[in-house]
Amino acid sequence: MAVMVSTNGSSATGTQRVKRGLAEMLKGGVIMDVVNSDQAKIAEDAGACAVMALERVPADIRRDGGVARMSDPEMIMAIQASVHIPVMAKARIGHFVEAQILESLGVDFIDESEVLTPADETHHIDKFSFDIPFVCGATNLGEALRRISEGAALIRSKGEAGTGNIVEAVRHLRSILGDIRKITQADSAELFEWAKKLQAPLPLVQEIAETGKLQVPLFCAGGIATPADAALAMQLGAESVFVGSGIFKSDDPAPRAKAIVEATTHFRDAAVLARVSRGLGVAMTGIGMDEINETQRFAQRGW
Amino acid sequence: MNVQIGVLALQGAFAAHSECLASLGVQSIEVRTPEQLIGVDALLMPGGESSTMSQLLESSGLFDPIAERISSGMPVFGTCAGMILLASEVLDGRSDQRNFSAIDISVRRNAFGRQLDSFETTVSTSVGEFHGVFIRAPRIERVGADVKVLGSINDEPVLVQQGNVLAASFHPELSGDARLHDYFVSMTSNKKKV
Repeated sequence: MAVMVSTNGSSATGTQRVKRGLAEMLKGGVIMDVVNSDQAKIAEDAGACAVMALERVPADIRRDGGVARMSDPEMIMAIQASVHIPVMAKARIGHFVEAQILESLGVDFIDESEVLTPADETHHIDKFSFDIPFVCGATNLGEALRRISEGAALIRSKGEAGTGNIVEAVRHLRSILGDIRKITQADSAELFEWAKKLQAPLPLVQEIAETGKLQVPLFCAGGIATPADAALAMQLGAESVFVGSGIFKSDDPAPRAKAIVEATTHFRDAAVLARVSRGLGVAMTGIGMDEINETQRFAQRGW
Repeated sequence: MNVQIGVLALQGAFAAHSECLASLGVQSIEVRTPEQLIGVDALLMPGGESSTMSQLLESSGLFDPIAERISSGMPVFGTCAGMILLASEVLDGRSDQRNFSAIDISVRRNAFGRQLDSFETTVSTSVGEFHGVFIRAPRIERVGADVKVLGSINDEPVLVQQGNVLAASFHPELSGDARLHDYFVSMTSNKKKV
Protein backbone atom coordinates (compact mmCIF):
# COMPACT_ATOMS: atom_id res chain seq x y z
CA MET A 1 0.00 0.00 0.00
CA ALA A 2 2.63 2.52 1.06
CA VAL A 3 5.02 3.57 -1.66
CA MET A 4 8.50 4.85 -0.89
CA VAL A 5 9.59 7.95 -2.69
CA SER A 6 13.13 9.19 -2.57
CA THR A 7 14.17 12.30 -4.39
CA ASN A 8 17.88 12.93 -4.03
CA GLY A 9 17.44 11.97 -0.40
CA SER A 10 15.62 15.24 0.30
CA SER A 11 12.17 13.77 0.91
CA ALA A 12 10.81 14.24 4.43
CA THR A 13 7.83 12.69 6.23
CA GLY A 14 6.16 13.60 9.52
CA THR A 15 7.11 17.31 9.33
CA GLN A 16 5.00 20.08 10.85
CA ARG A 17 4.05 21.19 7.35
CA VAL A 18 2.90 17.72 6.38
CA LYS A 19 0.97 17.34 9.65
CA ARG A 20 -0.75 20.74 9.42
CA GLY A 21 -1.28 20.07 5.72
CA LEU A 22 -3.70 17.24 6.44
CA ALA A 23 -5.59 19.52 8.84
CA GLU A 24 -5.91 22.05 5.97
CA MET A 25 -7.43 19.32 3.78
CA LEU A 26 -10.14 18.65 6.37
CA LYS A 27 -11.42 22.24 6.39
CA GLY A 28 -15.03 22.96 5.51
CA GLY A 29 -15.92 19.37 6.31
CA VAL A 30 -17.51 17.08 8.86
CA ILE A 31 -15.61 14.46 10.88
CA MET A 32 -18.01 11.86 12.22
CA ASP A 33 -17.68 9.50 15.19
CA VAL A 34 -18.30 5.89 14.13
CA VAL A 35 -18.19 2.66 16.14
CA ASN A 36 -18.09 0.08 13.32
CA SER A 37 -17.55 -0.33 9.56
CA ASP A 38 -21.27 -0.01 8.77
CA GLN A 39 -21.42 3.40 10.41
CA ALA A 40 -18.14 4.38 8.73
CA LYS A 41 -19.65 3.60 5.34
CA ILE A 42 -22.81 5.57 6.16
CA ALA A 43 -20.56 8.49 7.14
CA GLU A 44 -18.52 8.28 3.94
CA ASP A 45 -21.68 7.93 1.84
CA ALA A 46 -23.04 11.07 3.49
CA GLY A 47 -19.91 13.05 2.54
CA ALA A 48 -17.86 12.99 5.77
CA CYS A 49 -14.29 14.21 5.14
CA ALA A 50 -12.97 11.83 7.84
CA VAL A 51 -14.21 9.45 10.51
CA MET A 52 -13.24 9.07 14.16
CA ALA A 53 -13.10 5.38 15.06
CA LEU A 54 -14.10 4.67 18.66
CA GLU A 55 -15.79 1.89 20.59
CA ARG A 56 -18.52 3.98 22.18
CA VAL A 57 -19.77 7.42 21.21
CA PRO A 58 -19.36 10.02 23.99
CA ALA A 59 -23.05 9.82 24.98
CA ASP A 60 -22.58 6.11 25.80
CA ILE A 61 -19.26 6.72 27.58
CA ARG A 62 -21.07 9.28 29.72
CA ARG A 63 -23.92 6.85 30.43
CA ASP A 64 -21.72 3.82 31.17
CA GLY A 65 -19.17 5.55 33.40
CA GLY A 66 -15.99 3.66 34.31
CA VAL A 67 -12.64 4.09 32.57
CA ALA A 68 -12.79 4.90 28.85
CA ARG A 69 -9.68 3.81 26.89
CA MET A 70 -8.29 3.61 23.35
CA SER A 71 -10.44 1.41 21.08
CA ASP A 72 -9.63 -2.19 20.14
CA PRO A 73 -7.11 -2.11 17.24
CA GLU A 74 -9.14 -4.77 15.43
CA MET A 75 -12.15 -2.46 15.27
CA ILE A 76 -9.99 0.46 14.08
CA MET A 77 -8.42 -1.71 11.37
CA ALA A 78 -11.84 -2.89 10.18
CA ILE A 79 -12.89 0.74 9.77
CA GLN A 80 -9.63 1.61 7.97
CA ALA A 81 -10.34 -1.22 5.53
CA SER A 82 -13.90 -0.09 4.86
CA VAL A 83 -13.43 3.58 3.80
CA HIS A 84 -11.16 5.73 1.59
CA ILE A 85 -11.38 8.87 3.73
CA PRO A 86 -8.94 9.56 6.61
CA VAL A 87 -9.48 7.59 9.82
CA MET A 88 -8.79 9.20 13.20
CA ALA A 89 -8.70 7.50 16.60
CA LYS A 90 -8.55 8.65 20.21
CA ALA A 91 -5.82 8.17 22.80
CA ARG A 92 -6.16 9.11 26.48
CA ILE A 93 -4.58 12.42 27.57
CA GLY A 94 -0.93 11.71 28.38
CA HIS A 95 -1.12 8.05 27.28
CA PHE A 96 1.73 8.08 24.79
CA VAL A 97 1.76 4.29 24.49
CA GLU A 98 -1.82 4.27 23.20
CA ALA A 99 -0.62 6.90 20.73
CA GLN A 100 2.34 4.70 19.71
CA ILE A 101 -0.09 1.84 19.05
CA LEU A 102 -2.38 4.06 16.99
CA GLU A 103 0.61 5.32 15.00
CA SER A 104 1.69 1.74 14.27
CA LEU A 105 -1.83 1.05 12.95
CA GLY A 106 -1.32 3.92 10.51
CA VAL A 107 -4.33 5.99 11.59
CA ASP A 108 -4.27 9.38 9.86
CA PHE A 109 -4.79 11.59 12.94
CA ILE A 110 -4.70 10.96 16.71
CA ASP A 111 -7.15 12.78 18.97
CA GLU A 112 -5.63 13.20 22.43
CA SER A 113 -9.08 13.34 23.90
CA GLU A 114 -10.71 14.40 27.14
CA VAL A 115 -13.64 12.12 26.22
CA LEU A 116 -11.44 9.21 27.34
CA THR A 117 -10.27 8.99 30.95
CA PRO A 118 -6.94 10.89 31.33
CA ALA A 119 -3.87 8.72 31.95
CA ASP A 120 -1.66 11.53 33.25
CA GLU A 121 -2.84 14.41 35.41
CA THR A 122 0.17 16.63 34.70
CA HIS A 123 1.52 15.94 31.22
CA HIS A 124 0.01 15.84 27.79
CA ILE A 125 1.71 13.72 25.10
CA ASP A 126 4.89 15.12 23.50
CA LYS A 127 3.37 15.24 20.04
CA PHE A 128 6.60 16.25 18.32
CA SER A 129 7.92 12.74 18.92
CA PHE A 130 5.32 11.28 16.53
CA ASP A 131 5.05 11.29 12.73
CA ILE A 132 1.25 11.23 12.94
CA PRO A 133 -0.52 14.56 13.43
CA PHE A 134 -2.48 15.17 16.66
CA VAL A 135 -5.69 17.08 17.32
CA CYS A 136 -6.31 18.33 20.86
CA GLY A 137 -9.28 19.97 22.55
CA ALA A 138 -9.20 23.43 24.12
CA THR A 139 -11.62 25.54 26.13
CA ASN A 140 -9.65 28.78 25.78
CA LEU A 141 -6.74 30.31 23.88
CA GLY A 142 -4.13 29.53 26.55
CA GLU A 143 -4.99 25.84 26.43
CA ALA A 144 -4.92 25.89 22.62
CA LEU A 145 -1.44 27.48 22.58
CA ARG A 146 -0.08 25.04 25.16
CA ARG A 147 -1.26 22.16 22.96
CA ILE A 148 0.29 23.79 19.88
CA SER A 149 3.57 24.24 21.79
CA GLU A 150 3.48 20.47 22.46
CA GLY A 151 3.10 19.82 18.72
CA ALA A 152 -0.66 19.64 18.04
CA ALA A 153 -1.41 20.15 14.33
CA LEU A 154 -5.08 20.94 14.86
CA ILE A 155 -7.16 22.40 17.69
CA ARG A 156 -10.83 21.75 18.33
CA SER A 157 -13.13 23.29 20.89
CA LYS A 158 -13.86 20.75 23.63
CA GLY A 159 -17.48 21.67 23.98
CA GLU A 160 -19.19 19.11 26.21
CA ALA A 161 -19.13 15.83 24.29
CA GLY A 162 -22.08 13.47 24.41
CA THR A 163 -24.62 16.08 25.46
CA GLY A 164 -26.10 17.18 22.14
CA ASN A 165 -25.88 20.66 23.66
CA ILE A 166 -23.91 23.27 21.71
CA VAL A 167 -23.64 25.82 24.53
CA GLU A 168 -20.17 24.81 25.76
CA ALA A 169 -18.67 24.66 22.25
CA VAL A 170 -20.00 28.17 21.63
CA ARG A 171 -18.44 29.34 24.90
CA HIS A 172 -15.06 27.84 23.92
CA LEU A 173 -15.06 29.17 20.35
CA ARG A 174 -16.03 32.65 21.54
CA SER A 175 -13.33 32.57 24.17
CA ILE A 176 -10.57 31.44 21.77
CA LEU A 177 -11.55 33.68 18.85
CA GLY A 178 -12.47 36.64 21.07
CA ASP A 179 -9.03 36.61 22.70
CA ILE A 180 -7.37 36.35 19.28
CA ARG A 181 -9.26 39.47 18.19
CA LYS A 182 -8.19 41.31 21.36
CA ILE A 183 -4.54 40.30 20.93
CA THR A 184 -4.44 41.77 17.45
CA GLN A 185 -5.34 45.13 19.07
CA ALA A 186 -2.73 44.87 21.84
CA ASP A 187 0.56 46.81 21.69
CA SER A 188 3.88 45.00 22.02
CA ALA A 189 4.19 45.64 25.79
CA GLU A 190 0.71 44.24 26.41
CA LEU A 191 1.65 40.97 24.69
CA PHE A 192 3.88 40.04 27.66
CA GLU A 193 0.86 40.36 29.93
CA TRP A 194 -1.24 38.32 27.51
CA ALA A 195 1.33 35.51 27.51
CA LYS A 196 1.36 35.55 31.31
CA LYS A 197 -2.41 35.59 31.57
CA LEU A 198 -2.85 32.80 29.02
CA GLN A 199 0.08 30.79 30.45
CA ALA A 200 1.24 30.40 26.88
CA PRO A 201 4.63 30.82 25.16
CA LEU A 202 5.28 34.49 24.28
CA PRO A 203 6.46 33.82 20.69
CA LEU A 204 3.13 32.12 19.88
CA VAL A 205 1.22 35.09 21.33
CA GLN A 206 3.36 37.51 19.30
CA GLU A 207 2.75 35.48 16.17
CA ILE A 208 -1.02 35.70 16.71
CA ALA A 209 -0.74 39.47 17.16
CA GLU A 210 0.87 39.62 13.72
CA THR A 211 -1.25 37.14 11.77
CA GLY A 212 -4.57 37.49 13.58
CA LYS A 213 -5.11 33.76 13.61
CA LEU A 214 -4.19 30.55 15.36
CA GLN A 215 -1.06 28.75 14.08
CA VAL A 216 -3.10 25.67 13.17
CA PRO A 217 -6.70 25.19 11.97
CA LEU A 218 -9.47 25.53 14.57
CA PHE A 219 -12.40 23.12 14.39
CA CYS A 220 -15.50 22.77 16.56
CA ALA A 221 -16.38 19.69 18.62
CA GLY A 222 -18.67 18.81 21.47
CA GLY A 223 -22.45 19.04 21.28
CA ILE A 224 -23.31 19.44 17.59
CA ALA A 225 -26.65 17.71 16.93
CA THR A 226 -28.29 19.60 14.04
CA PRO A 227 -27.37 21.27 10.73
CA ALA A 228 -28.04 24.63 12.41
CA ASP A 229 -25.54 23.78 15.18
CA ALA A 230 -22.87 23.04 12.57
CA ALA A 231 -23.56 26.31 10.73
CA LEU A 232 -23.50 28.24 14.02
CA ALA A 233 -20.04 26.88 14.79
CA MET A 234 -18.84 27.78 11.28
CA GLN A 235 -20.28 31.31 11.41
CA LEU A 236 -18.58 31.84 14.76
CA GLY A 237 -15.27 31.05 13.05
CA ALA A 238 -14.70 27.29 13.31
CA GLU A 239 -13.21 25.88 10.09
CA SER A 240 -14.77 22.38 10.28
CA VAL A 241 -16.91 20.39 12.68
CA PHE A 242 -16.62 17.12 14.54
CA VAL A 243 -19.94 15.41 15.16
CA GLY A 244 -19.86 12.70 17.79
CA SER A 245 -23.04 11.32 19.27
CA GLY A 246 -25.23 13.74 17.31
CA ILE A 247 -25.53 11.58 14.20
CA PHE A 248 -25.70 7.97 15.32
CA LYS A 249 -27.76 8.80 18.45
CA SER A 250 -30.46 10.38 16.29
CA ASP A 251 -33.51 8.61 14.86
CA ASP A 252 -32.33 8.46 11.27
CA PRO A 253 -28.52 8.88 10.99
CA ALA A 254 -27.91 8.82 7.19
CA PRO A 255 -30.07 11.82 6.17
CA ARG A 256 -28.96 13.78 9.25
CA ALA A 257 -25.31 13.12 8.40
CA LYS A 258 -25.81 14.34 4.84
CA ALA A 259 -27.72 17.41 6.04
CA ILE A 260 -24.92 18.37 8.44
CA VAL A 261 -22.36 18.00 5.60
CA GLU A 262 -24.37 20.37 3.39
CA ALA A 263 -24.94 22.80 6.27
CA THR A 264 -21.20 22.94 6.97
CA THR A 265 -20.42 23.86 3.34
CA HIS A 266 -23.29 26.33 2.91
CA PHE A 267 -23.07 27.67 6.45
CA ARG A 268 -24.00 31.26 5.54
CA ASP A 269 -26.91 30.33 3.27
CA ALA A 270 -30.08 30.29 5.38
CA ALA A 271 -32.19 28.98 2.48
CA VAL A 272 -29.97 25.91 2.16
CA LEU A 273 -29.96 25.48 5.94
CA ALA A 274 -33.77 25.57 5.97
CA ARG A 275 -33.96 23.03 3.16
CA VAL A 276 -31.56 20.52 4.69
CA SER A 277 -33.08 20.88 8.18
CA ARG A 278 -36.51 19.71 7.02
CA GLY A 279 -37.87 16.29 7.96
CA LEU A 280 -34.81 14.90 9.69
CA GLY A 281 -36.77 13.25 12.48
CA VAL A 282 -35.84 13.48 16.11
CA ALA A 283 -32.37 14.71 17.05
CA MET A 284 -30.59 13.17 20.03
CA THR A 285 -32.40 14.15 23.22
CA GLY A 286 -29.51 16.06 24.72
CA ILE A 287 -28.62 17.11 28.24
CA GLY A 288 -28.78 20.54 29.86
CA MET A 289 -25.54 21.71 31.51
CA ASP A 290 -27.29 22.04 34.89
CA GLU A 291 -28.12 18.32 34.68
CA ILE A 292 -24.43 17.37 34.74
CA ASN A 293 -22.50 17.92 37.93
CA GLU A 294 -19.05 19.47 37.76
CA THR A 295 -17.15 16.20 38.20
CA GLN A 296 -18.83 14.64 35.16
CA ARG A 297 -17.75 17.35 32.74
CA PHE A 298 -15.26 16.09 30.15
CA ALA A 299 -14.12 19.61 29.24
CA GLN A 300 -12.41 20.01 32.63
CA ARG A 301 -10.00 17.20 31.80
CA GLY A 302 -6.69 18.50 30.44
CA TRP A 303 -4.88 21.67 31.47
CA MET B 1 -5.26 42.81 -16.35
CA ASN B 2 -8.01 42.25 -13.83
CA VAL B 3 -8.92 38.62 -13.55
CA GLN B 4 -11.41 37.11 -11.14
CA ILE B 5 -10.33 33.69 -9.94
CA GLY B 6 -12.89 31.45 -8.28
CA VAL B 7 -11.82 28.99 -5.61
CA LEU B 8 -14.13 26.00 -5.26
CA ALA B 9 -15.02 26.15 -1.56
CA LEU B 10 -17.20 23.10 -1.02
CA GLN B 11 -14.64 21.40 1.21
CA GLY B 12 -10.87 21.32 1.65
CA ALA B 13 -7.92 23.69 1.49
CA PHE B 14 -9.68 26.55 -0.30
CA ALA B 15 -8.59 29.21 2.22
CA ALA B 16 -4.88 28.50 1.63
CA HIS B 17 -5.37 28.94 -2.14
CA SER B 18 -7.14 32.28 -1.63
CA GLU B 19 -4.25 33.48 0.57
CA CYS B 20 -1.75 32.38 -2.07
CA LEU B 21 -3.62 34.33 -4.77
CA ALA B 22 -3.89 37.36 -2.47
CA SER B 23 -0.10 37.33 -2.07
CA LEU B 24 0.05 37.93 -5.85
CA GLY B 25 -2.45 40.76 -5.55
CA VAL B 26 -5.07 38.66 -7.34
CA GLN B 27 -8.68 38.77 -6.21
CA SER B 28 -10.49 35.52 -5.64
CA ILE B 29 -13.98 34.57 -4.61
CA GLU B 30 -15.19 31.40 -2.92
CA VAL B 31 -17.50 29.38 -5.16
CA ARG B 32 -20.21 27.28 -3.54
CA THR B 33 -23.16 27.91 -5.87
CA PRO B 34 -23.78 28.11 -9.65
CA GLU B 35 -24.47 31.87 -9.28
CA GLN B 36 -21.00 32.45 -7.82
CA LEU B 37 -19.44 30.56 -10.75
CA ILE B 38 -20.90 32.92 -13.36
CA GLY B 39 -18.61 35.87 -12.60
CA VAL B 40 -15.29 34.01 -12.50
CA ASP B 41 -12.68 33.84 -15.30
CA ALA B 42 -11.01 30.71 -13.93
CA LEU B 43 -11.52 28.11 -11.24
CA LEU B 44 -9.14 26.60 -8.69
CA MET B 45 -10.11 23.22 -7.28
CA PRO B 46 -8.35 22.61 -3.96
CA GLY B 47 -7.28 19.48 -2.14
CA GLY B 48 -9.60 17.87 0.36
CA GLU B 49 -11.62 14.70 0.07
CA SER B 50 -12.62 14.04 -3.54
CA SER B 51 -15.60 11.85 -2.53
CA THR B 52 -16.95 14.64 -0.30
CA MET B 53 -16.46 17.26 -3.01
CA SER B 54 -18.01 15.02 -5.65
CA GLN B 55 -21.20 14.71 -3.58
CA LEU B 56 -21.33 18.42 -2.81
CA LEU B 57 -20.81 19.24 -6.52
CA GLU B 58 -24.01 17.27 -7.17
CA SER B 59 -26.10 18.64 -4.30
CA SER B 60 -25.10 22.25 -4.96
CA GLY B 61 -25.93 21.95 -8.67
CA LEU B 62 -22.37 22.97 -9.59
CA PHE B 63 -21.24 19.85 -11.45
CA ASP B 64 -22.85 20.51 -14.83
CA PRO B 65 -22.17 24.28 -14.98
CA ILE B 66 -18.49 23.68 -14.17
CA ALA B 67 -18.26 20.90 -16.79
CA GLU B 68 -19.73 23.30 -19.38
CA ARG B 69 -17.37 26.14 -18.45
CA ILE B 70 -14.33 23.83 -18.67
CA SER B 71 -15.35 22.52 -22.07
CA SER B 72 -15.82 26.09 -23.32
CA GLY B 73 -12.23 26.87 -22.31
CA MET B 74 -12.31 28.27 -18.75
CA PRO B 75 -8.85 27.75 -17.18
CA VAL B 76 -8.98 25.37 -14.25
CA PHE B 77 -6.29 24.25 -11.80
CA GLY B 78 -6.85 21.15 -9.67
CA THR B 79 -4.54 20.21 -6.81
CA CYS B 80 -4.61 16.74 -5.20
CA ALA B 81 -8.35 15.99 -4.78
CA GLY B 82 -8.97 18.73 -7.37
CA MET B 83 -6.76 16.81 -9.80
CA ILE B 84 -8.78 13.64 -9.14
CA LEU B 85 -11.97 15.53 -10.01
CA LEU B 86 -10.44 16.69 -13.32
CA ALA B 87 -8.96 13.34 -14.41
CA SER B 88 -10.41 11.19 -17.16
CA GLU B 89 -9.93 8.02 -15.13
CA VAL B 90 -9.97 7.55 -11.33
CA LEU B 91 -8.66 4.32 -9.82
CA ASP B 92 -9.55 3.29 -6.24
CA GLY B 93 -12.22 5.97 -6.01
CA ARG B 94 -15.79 5.39 -4.89
CA SER B 95 -17.99 3.86 -7.57
CA ASP B 96 -20.43 6.78 -7.39
CA GLN B 97 -17.66 9.41 -7.49
CA ARG B 98 -18.05 11.69 -10.54
CA ASN B 99 -15.18 13.38 -12.31
CA PHE B 100 -15.00 15.97 -15.08
CA SER B 101 -12.78 13.98 -17.50
CA ALA B 102 -11.17 17.27 -18.45
CA ILE B 103 -7.58 16.04 -18.70
CA ASP B 104 -6.45 12.74 -20.21
CA ILE B 105 -4.74 11.17 -17.20
CA SER B 106 -5.37 8.14 -14.99
CA VAL B 107 -4.94 8.81 -11.30
CA ARG B 108 -5.03 6.49 -8.33
CA ARG B 109 -6.54 7.96 -5.18
CA ASN B 110 -4.26 7.92 -2.07
CA ALA B 111 -1.68 5.91 -4.04
CA PHE B 112 1.24 7.32 -2.04
CA GLY B 113 -0.34 5.82 1.11
CA ARG B 114 -1.87 7.04 4.34
CA GLN B 115 -0.84 10.11 6.33
CA LEU B 116 2.31 8.38 7.67
CA ASP B 117 3.53 8.32 4.06
CA SER B 118 2.70 11.98 3.38
CA PHE B 119 5.91 13.84 2.50
CA GLU B 120 7.52 17.01 1.22
CA THR B 121 10.21 17.05 -1.43
CA THR B 122 11.73 19.01 -4.29
CA VAL B 123 9.85 18.81 -7.58
CA SER B 124 11.49 19.80 -10.86
CA THR B 125 8.98 21.92 -12.74
CA SER B 126 8.78 24.19 -15.75
CA VAL B 127 8.99 27.17 -13.35
CA GLY B 128 12.13 25.76 -11.72
CA GLU B 129 12.64 23.68 -8.59
CA PHE B 130 9.52 23.78 -6.44
CA HIS B 131 8.95 22.56 -2.90
CA GLY B 132 6.10 20.05 -3.17
CA VAL B 133 3.92 18.99 -0.23
CA PHE B 134 2.20 15.64 -0.83
CA ILE B 135 -0.67 14.78 1.55
CA ARG B 136 -2.19 11.29 1.17
CA ALA B 137 -1.47 12.10 -2.43
CA PRO B 138 -2.87 10.57 -5.62
CA ARG B 139 -0.50 9.20 -8.28
CA ILE B 140 -0.68 9.94 -11.99
CA GLU B 141 -0.35 6.46 -13.47
CA ARG B 142 -0.98 7.27 -17.13
CA VAL B 143 -0.53 10.46 -19.13
CA GLY B 144 -2.36 10.86 -22.46
CA ALA B 145 -0.57 11.87 -25.68
CA ASP B 146 -1.93 15.46 -25.59
CA VAL B 147 -0.91 16.06 -21.98
CA LYS B 148 2.27 18.03 -21.21
CA VAL B 149 4.25 17.01 -18.14
CA LEU B 150 5.37 20.24 -16.39
CA GLY B 151 6.72 18.73 -13.18
CA SER B 152 8.02 15.43 -11.91
CA ILE B 153 9.83 13.65 -9.11
CA ASN B 154 12.14 10.83 -10.17
CA ASP B 155 10.69 11.00 -13.69
CA GLU B 156 7.22 10.44 -12.30
CA PRO B 157 4.71 13.12 -13.43
CA VAL B 158 3.20 15.24 -10.63
CA LEU B 159 2.28 18.44 -12.53
CA VAL B 160 0.49 18.19 -15.88
CA GLN B 161 -1.35 20.41 -18.34
CA GLN B 162 -3.68 19.86 -21.26
CA GLY B 163 -4.86 23.13 -22.83
CA ASN B 164 -6.87 25.07 -20.24
CA VAL B 165 -6.53 22.35 -17.59
CA LEU B 166 -3.65 22.32 -15.09
CA ALA B 167 -3.35 19.61 -12.44
CA ALA B 168 -0.94 18.82 -9.60
CA SER B 169 -0.80 15.84 -7.27
CA PHE B 170 0.81 18.04 -4.60
CA HIS B 171 -0.15 21.24 -2.75
CA PRO B 172 1.51 24.41 -4.09
CA GLU B 173 -0.73 26.41 -1.71
CA LEU B 174 1.10 24.96 1.32
CA SER B 175 4.70 25.86 0.48
CA GLY B 176 4.55 29.65 0.64
CA ASP B 177 5.63 29.88 -3.01
CA ALA B 178 3.11 31.40 -5.41
CA ARG B 179 4.91 30.70 -8.71
CA LEU B 180 2.48 28.02 -9.85
CA HIS B 181 -0.49 30.21 -8.92
CA ASP B 182 1.19 32.98 -10.90
CA TYR B 183 1.48 30.63 -13.87
CA PHE B 184 -2.23 29.78 -13.56
CA VAL B 185 -3.13 33.48 -13.39
CA SER B 186 -1.10 34.08 -16.56
CA MET B 187 -3.02 31.24 -18.29
CA THR B 188 -6.17 33.14 -17.32
CA SER B 189 -5.00 36.60 -18.43
CA ASN B 190 -3.73 35.20 -21.75
CA LYS B 191 -7.08 33.55 -22.30
CA LYS B 192 -8.88 36.81 -21.49
CA LYS B 193 -6.78 38.78 -24.00
CA VAL B 194 -7.80 36.48 -26.87
